[in-house]
Amino acid sequence: MTQQNRLQSGGRIDRSKPLTFTYNGKQFSGFQGDTLASAMLANGIDVVGRSFKYSRPRGIVACGAEEPNAVLQLGATEATQVPNVRATQQELFNGLVSASTNGWPSVDNDVMGLMGKVGGSMMPPGFYYKTFMFPQSLWDTYESMIRKAAGLGRSPLESDPDTYDNVNQHCDVMIVGAGPAGLAAALTAARGGARVIIADEQNEFGGSLLNTKETLDGKPAAEWVNAVVAELATFEDVMMLPRSTVNGYHDHNFVTIHERCTDHLADIAPVNQARQKLHRVRAKWVVLATGAHERPLVFSNNDVPGCMVSNAVSTYINRYGVVPGNELVLMTTNDYGYQAALDWDDAGRKVVAIVDTRASGCGARAEEARKRGLNIITGSAVIEVQGSKRVSGVSVAAISADGGKVIGSVTKLKTDTVASSGGWSPVIHLSSHTGSRPTWDDKIVGFVPGPTVQKQLTAGGINGQYDTAVALKQGFDAGQKALTETGLSAAEVVLPKAETLKSDTPMTLFHIPHIKPTSAAPKQFVDYQTDVTAAGIEVACREGYESIEHVKRYTAMGFGTDQGKLGNINGMAVAAKALNKTIPETGTTIFRPNYTPISFGAIAGRNCGSLFDPERYSAMHKWHVEHGAKFEDVGQWKRPWYFPQGNETMQESLDRECLAVRDSVGILDASTLGKIDVQGKDAREFLGRVYSNAWAKLAVGKCRYGLMCGEDGMVFDDGVSACLGDNHFVMTTTTGGAARVLEWLEIYHQTEWPELEVYFNTVTDHWSTLTISGPNSRKLLSELTDYDLSNDNFKFMDWKQMKVAGVPARVFRISFTGELSFEINVQANYGTHVWEKLFEAGKKYNLTPYGTETMHILRAEKGFIIAGQDTDGSVHPYDLGMGWCVSNQKPFSYIGKRGMNREDCVRPNRKQLVGLKTKDPKAVIPEGAQAVLDPKAPIPMPMEGHVTSSYWSANLGHSIAMGFIKGGLDKMGETVFYPLADGTVIEAEICSPIFLDPKGERQNV
Amino acid sequence: MFHIYCPHCAEYREEEEFHAAGQAHIPRPLDPEACSDKEWGEYMFFRKNPRGIHHELWVHAAGCRKFFNMTRNTQTYEIKEVYKIGEQPSVVAE
Amino acid sequence: MQQYSGFGLFKHSLSHHENWQRAWRNPTPKKKYDVIIIGGGGHGLATAYYLAKEHGVTNVAVIEKGYLGGGNTARNTTIVRSNYLWDESAHLYEHAMKLWEGLSQDLNYNVMFSQRGVLNLGHTLQDMRDIERRVNANRLNGIDGEVLDPQSIKEIVPHMDCSANSRYPVMGASWQPRGGVARHDAVAWGFARGADSFGVDLIQETEVTDLIIEDDTIIGVKTNRYGDIMADRVGSVVAGNSAVIAKMGGFELPLESHPLQALVSEPIKPVLDTVVMSNHVHGYVSQSDKGDLVIGAGIDGYTGYGQRGSYPTIEHTVQAIVELFPMFSRVRMNRQWGGIVDTCPDACPIISKTPVKNLFFNCGWGTGGFKATPGAGNVFAASLAKGEMHPLAEPFSMFRFHDGALIDEHGAAGVAH
Repeated sequence: MTQQNRLQSGGRIDRSKPLTFTYNGKQFSGFQGDTLASAMLANGIDVVGRSFKYSRPRGIVACGAEEPNAVLQLGATEATQVPNVRATQQELFNGLVSASTNGWPSVDNDVMGLMGKVGGSMMPPGFYYKTFMFPQSLWDTYESMIRKAAGLGRSPLESDPDTYDNVNQHCDVMIVGAGPAGLAAALTAARGGARVIIADEQNEFGGSLLNTKETLDGKPAAEWVNAVVAELATFEDVMMLPRSTVNGYHDHNFVTIHERCTDHLADIAPVNQARQKLHRVRAKWVVLATGAHERPLVFSNNDVPGCMVSNAVSTYINRYGVVPGNELVLMTTNDYGYQAALDWDDAGRKVVAIVDTRASGCGARAEEARKRGLNIITGSAVIEVQGSKRVSGVSVAAISADGGKVIGSVTKLKTDTVASSGGWSPVIHLSSHTGSRPTWDDKIVGFVPGPTVQKQLTAGGINGQYDTAVALKQGFDAGQKALTETGLSAAEVVLPKAETLKSDTPMTLFHIPHIKPTSAAPKQFVDYQTDVTAAGIEVACREGYESIEHVKRYTAMGFGTDQGKLGNINGMAVAAKALNKTIPETGTTIFRPNYTPISFGAIAGRNCGSLFDPERYSAMHKWHVEHGAKFEDVGQWKRPWYFPQGNETMQESLDRECLAVRDSVGILDASTLGKIDVQGKDAREFLGRVYSNAWAKLAVGKCRYGLMCGEDGMVFDDGVSACLGDNHFVMTTTTGGAARVLEWLEIYHQTEWPELEVYFNTVTDHWSTLTISGPNSRKLLSELTDYDLSNDNFKFMDWKQMKVAGVPARVFRISFTGELSFEINVQANYGTHVWEKLFEAGKKYNLTPYGTETMHILRAEKGFIIAGQDTDGSVHPYDLGMGWCVSNQKPFSYIGKRGMNREDCVRPNRKQLVGLKTKDPKAVIPEGAQAVLDPKAPIPMPMEGHVTSSYWSANLGHSIAMGFIKGGLDKMGETVFYPLADGTVIEAEICSPIFLDPKGERQNV
Repeated sequence: MFHIYCPHCAEYREEEEFHAAGQAHIPRPLDPEACSDKEWGEYMFFRKNPRGIHHELWVHAAGCRKFFNMTRNTQTYEIKEVYKIGEQPSVVAE
Repeated sequence: MQQYSGFGLFKHSLSHHENWQRAWRNPTPKKKYDVIIIGGGGHGLATAYYLAKEHGVTNVAVIEKGYLGGGNTARNTTIVRSNYLWDESAHLYEHAMKLWEGLSQDLNYNVMFSQRGVLNLGHTLQDMRDIERRVNANRLNGIDGEVLDPQSIKEIVPHMDCSANSRYPVMGASWQPRGGVARHDAVAWGFARGADSFGVDLIQETEVTDLIIEDDTIIGVKTNRYGDIMADRVGSVVAGNSAVIAKMGGFELPLESHPLQALVSEPIKPVLDTVVMSNHVHGYVSQSDKGDLVIGAGIDGYTGYGQRGSYPTIEHTVQAIVELFPMFSRVRMNRQWGGIVDTCPDACPIISKTPVKNLFFNCGWGTGGFKATPGAGNVFAASLAKGEMHPLAEPFSMFRFHDGALIDEHGAAGVAH
């Protein structure tokens, strides 16, 4: 294909590097330096999409982030699909595959377009709120039709093959935008010695200077840009980020930058490269030099392909060597708009007419146009466009001086391109991300950044200052100010001299009148992507949706992927006119991050998969893996859940593990339990305050179980603490609760009781904890230690320092199974050594490794609770039947005491934890089942409480369960029913939760 | 994301290192048993929750693990000052 | 009230939509009302609507400092479900669910309530125990729900990673088919239009600057635009700003206002048919009729009235979404925003009398406010009409924080607080 709209010379493309790409399956060519949009225009592609609501054909309107229509699907393979890429921001690469996103059977011949024409008149804003209601049963059908029209592009259906990086950055000055203002600021700040980051969304620095024929110091502006970029590159502390969009400006000058590292090379990143990076920047000062977007005018059929903003026309000609048509009609409210016609004329194509809405235009550009003999029609407007898939002509008519109505007869002109300029809107988006409300400036007819608490400076177009000379000066000033504010000294910079063109006052005009009233005129689009028209906004206002937020939400204005960059101000102007208010009275427009959309992958970075959350392993993890353990996630820990052998089912494994412990000896890796070292002369007093039971008399060498409650009296953690010395304890916590308990101790110590001399340190990772449990555990341990393990020397609830397998160990004689047990704590690195030695010696005792599930069963046989499973933050110790673990004799009102004595906590009939014995001994009640007294009661059925723990007990030969029952402790022997989802009902008797060895003799042998 | 000066570390650090721990300056009643249910409930749950200047407790959780107070505007998110436990704020709401 | 219908659209298209009536008036307030409702969000407007419709109390004003439905109604992720754990909250949210089910027809305003089903994922054994417990309780309370295994989840959400390879594999889920999403703005506007049609005055852009209280009894409010407006009863329905109104009444509430953030992707073709929520990996997502993936983030830990939160919260949520749906990595995030959620220590709301006589509060909904809108409005209206709390509202008294009768719904709140 020939590039019929490509100029022979000029622009910043490299004609020696041709590239091919496909669009909707057809192959086209372009050049290195093109965007996808400029290449499409070069090839004369008019229709790039279909509109959302009315399915109207749409063409390229703009040349950057503000483009609403050219939103394409990219990607050559399923896994590399990217939806909704703006063609104006996508650099062309060889082999690029693109497709339009809407239209069936094709974007050029779309059936829905016909529907849009016929049904469009029945789709005013909010039409869906007014219909699809009857009959109610059909809503699902209606909705599936609505959803068919949803979306632009599509998600890939395969996992992303690329990687993304998050990078933390710090700087003195963060400069957003590398146009004249940004570059001047960067040069100044860099010369002053500041650490600078300058980012720009485009592939090269220069901003507006790349799109024009402007000169600086009499030379092409690009030469100055090149010199500045070259100088900036010499500073070690200057980071230049092209292809990098500052997408969010957050509190305290935290800025995020989305850098597209490889999207200009291919649709998949080269090997070992990240596709995109997300820079997380903390800046002392932020300079916003983000420029401005030109506003199109709102007139009938202004969405027909071939309608563009005037600045885009200039940019395609000057930067890409592409003239997007053969004949041009330009409509403008200001002098700058004339530039597009001059550039069009320079390109050797026909300027049909310049339509100036003002009575006269006498700025420098207008004079130039006049000098060239171009056809200038003043005091008039393009009131309507003809054509469907490409502009074929326009209707021009004289309008009143205030732009309010058509006053002359209509003349038709033939043309294929219409450019319009309604002035400029400063790019204030970032400045409002931190909650600052933009303020309206009548002089520049636009919003400028409002007051802010951020350390923010602005320069150039964002301030409504569009002259290059002023932009340079403001950039320089911002650089200097940032230098002084960060304590650096001012820098010397001589700014280049820019041409200043005389300009005449622009006209404040947004919405071009038609001979028909707006409601009856052909559609006048305000927001292209969401198909919002001027008439639609008027309907919204007429119906009482008067706040600008109501207007936006009712019509969907600004809710597209362009976030209304072109349309919002025009829409506000239409609303203001309809409500007879000024624009600032109508409201303001608050932009939220992101400035332009960014990949979820870039935000997530590497923090997915195994890095989503760190995995914590005990020192013996490798052994567990090698021995076939199945793992359970507990907090961040991977804990062995059970150890299947051969073809065992899970239940068979559990039965074997449970029996082995009670018959001989089993071993559990208990290293993950939280361990907090507590030292200081007031350590004992402190424990007494945070546990519900007494600690004053616990002797050195002894261990004790404790319950920890909140100020509300509700249990939130538990564990055994050992007295290592008069001023030294080690506290254990649940695996998942360790961090919370440590912070709990710290907050009370630091904020309430700083007078207590006590110190806390986490030692969870310092120790490996190997628990051997079962009647043969003493025999087993005695084979690895010389220490006297006899019951007389080493009593239940004692701890002893000894050597185990040649390694220093703290051994606690405590039991969570009810069996004779020893908890062997060794320095973590010795864990595997001792573990393996235990297995060597344990062979003859059939030493059996068991996991968390068997641990749960064994403790449930004994009626021991697990905090978090048998508690839920709404039960106090008495509810758990653990009044024995509460000491009301303590002089200090420990945490929880007052709370558990509140009115509701001492009332009768609270839910209490009890044991549950099923009538059918084989029936295991599902955990979470709800008890009722009468399973035949009508729904809603009164519930008595739920089952918290329930297992098959191989040792007992029947099921066991614990659960809550209202007033359960007084209902021993009574019957409750558990109606299950499958319709069956399990009957159970309320009993003591201690199913095995109620006297606790086994652990005392 | 806040940039927080830890008065113990004497350095600015990122918010990710800290946890907010609610309203500051709520002393635990010295004699809980003497409190009515209402008083105890108010100690535990009832808060000023102001829009504007707020004194709150933060902990440098992934740093020195120490708690400190912060005066912050809950509307603009400006941090007015940080100060140690036991100290009083110098910036207060009108 | 002008009836909305497909035929109406056709008829009005012939006159270029120039003859639509206003959805509501823009009245100047009277000197005195039977009831003043502070706050014109979804809950406040629903309260006004049901006061007029069900209790015949039409001499009512809703005073809104900004625009109708401009607070959390406009900022939430639009999820509707009623699968709460405890009887008190389950009955309240199910009351709302039943009203949702006929709401479009009742209001003659299509709120686009779409019962696409809600999945609450479980990733640990304890998650699954909690899910079993909640679904069993729901079933016996007459609320639909079942427990699904990963295979069945995969059938409903084919694109989610239900494999064992993820960091926290999906072990199962609770499934409430009647749950879904609704069009948030339409809910506020539908109630507003309905209330207005009964004669309720909707006063926008008017801020209540103080309460007028005599002998511990409220008799009116002061406003910035219309001076004093008197009332027999006043209901405060101002969500995140409740502490500000409470301070005018001279009391504190057991509330903290936190930023809650949300975000949307660019619109994409339908790819997710239901609502997926995960407490454990901390993210929830649905796809709107427009095609956006609507994603809720966690609550920031600090008090914040700025309608924005901190970036790491967004990051963590996006990580969770990519972890659950690896193919969304190349889809792009369009916009983020924040609301102000007033959270109670037990993750349940306050619908209550206050220390000031005739002043009632509805607040503390945390993340649960939107889904409760019709139900909360309905029971609050009944309470305001009678001066006594509706039985469904009774357990939600602010005084439960004195006696300790809390209703701890942290497990069901969608995001852990």
